[in-house]
Amino acid sequence: MAKKPVQFRLNGSEKAVFVDEGQNLLDVLRRGVGDLTPKYGCGQGTCGTCTVLIDGEPHLSCLTLAETIDGRQVSTTAGLARGSELHPLQAAFMDGFAAQCGYCTPGMLMAASALLERNPDPSREDIVEAISGNICRCTGYEPIINAILAAAKAGGARRYG
Amino acid sequence: MPVKVETYDRVEEAARALSASRSARFLGGGTLVMRAVNAGDQSFDTIIRLRDPDFRTIRMQGDGLVIGAGVTMAALVANRDAVFLAPVARVIGGPAIRNMATVGGNLFASGNYGDLAVALLALGATVQLAGSGSRSMPIDEFLRDRDRHATSLVQSVTVPRPRDPATFRFTKVSRVKPKGVSLMSIAALLPQSGGRVQGARVAYGAMGPMPLRAIAVERALEGQALDAAAIDRAAALAVEGIAPPTDALASSWYRAEVAGVHLKRLLAGERR
Repeated sequence: MAKKPVQFRLNGSEKAVFVDEGQNLLDVLRRGVGDLTPKYGCGQGTCGTCTVLIDGEPHLSCLTLAETIDGRQVSTTAGLARGSELHPLQAAFMDGFAAQCGYCTPGMLMAASALLERNPDPSREDIVEAISGNICRCTGYEPIINAILAAAKAGGARRYG
Repeated sequence: MPVKVETYDRVEEAARALSASRSARFLGGGTLVMRAVNAGDQSFDTIIRLRDPDFRTIRMQGDGLVIGAGVTMAALVANRDAVFLAPVARVIGGPAIRNMATVGGNLFASGNYGDLAVALLALGATVQLAGSGSRSMPIDEFLRDRDRHATSLVQSVTVPRPRDPATFRFTKVSRVKPKGVSLMSIAALLPQSGGRVQGARVAYGAMGPMPLRAIAVERALEGQALDAAAIDRAAALAVEGIAPPTDALASSWYRAEVAGVHLKRLLAGERR
């Protein structure tokens, strides 16, 4: 089976990889590029933990055919922090105990970062809607919603660099 | 099992490739086909992709809206000419799904999915198939024979825009808010002339193997003023001729019990 060359930007840096036909983006990110931040949950589009941003918009990487991202920009949780300085969302998740087992956290962070980029001052309802595709079985969502509200107040929409 | 991916720039080429193979599936947004790949579905070994930008456009044509099959739910929500469909597209999946799932794919969604197809059925849309057998057919006909059309490429859907947006109503009943699959969805087009309903179309989702029309309800409403008595009569016939399925969300009995209640609320214009 033929491998296909794919070039894309991952968190600002150029990546060139060969992908298998039919391989999904999540698999390419984790095994091809070594970015282990997006997680494999259900593989069915239900849980949201594989959420990444493609050209700034949330997508499920497990349901994205890898070769379709040629020439596009992909953002993952690995690109949120700048060195040791956490993104305001990450800091707020830590301060607010918004991660318990942590498996949903990367998806939650990406869904929330897409929201804050578009809407720096979201209401509680906006946040509930933005993370509605992301399942958390530990927290009951309240600490997550509160953390995103806190990050927004702390200027979570601010882009670094 | 390895799958082969074929990419085409022209819709005719993609349609030809799709019709030539029984073991090929067309990739829209990936929410159905990649899900099947991940689940190890062995029923297909080729994925067909189309890069034609026309496939993702929405344009007006007379009183109708021609929606490319590759248009996503998010694009539909954002389109000014499609405002009457926004309340439907907005409740499908979460934000990531809406950025991926397409109008064409929704016509093939089974079980508790396919809410947009339910709305399109009530609105009396037509489906355009591409390729050598290029043709247009009422969505009723398309859905009835859906499996047979799996080797046809849906190019677009044409939706007559309701003259008065208030005559089109949609409700989705799910167990989880704001995101949850449909226990049932109901769409109704209730055009009125001289205070009486004329040309009612009522459609259900998740009440059968595919979106279906509530013919008995439509007949009960036809020619009536939309008052409490007419609504009660229509609601009493909510599942006449329909055998709702039992699935993980609800039993057939439960669906049959509550369909009339949800239908009555929808017809009365009650918001929940």
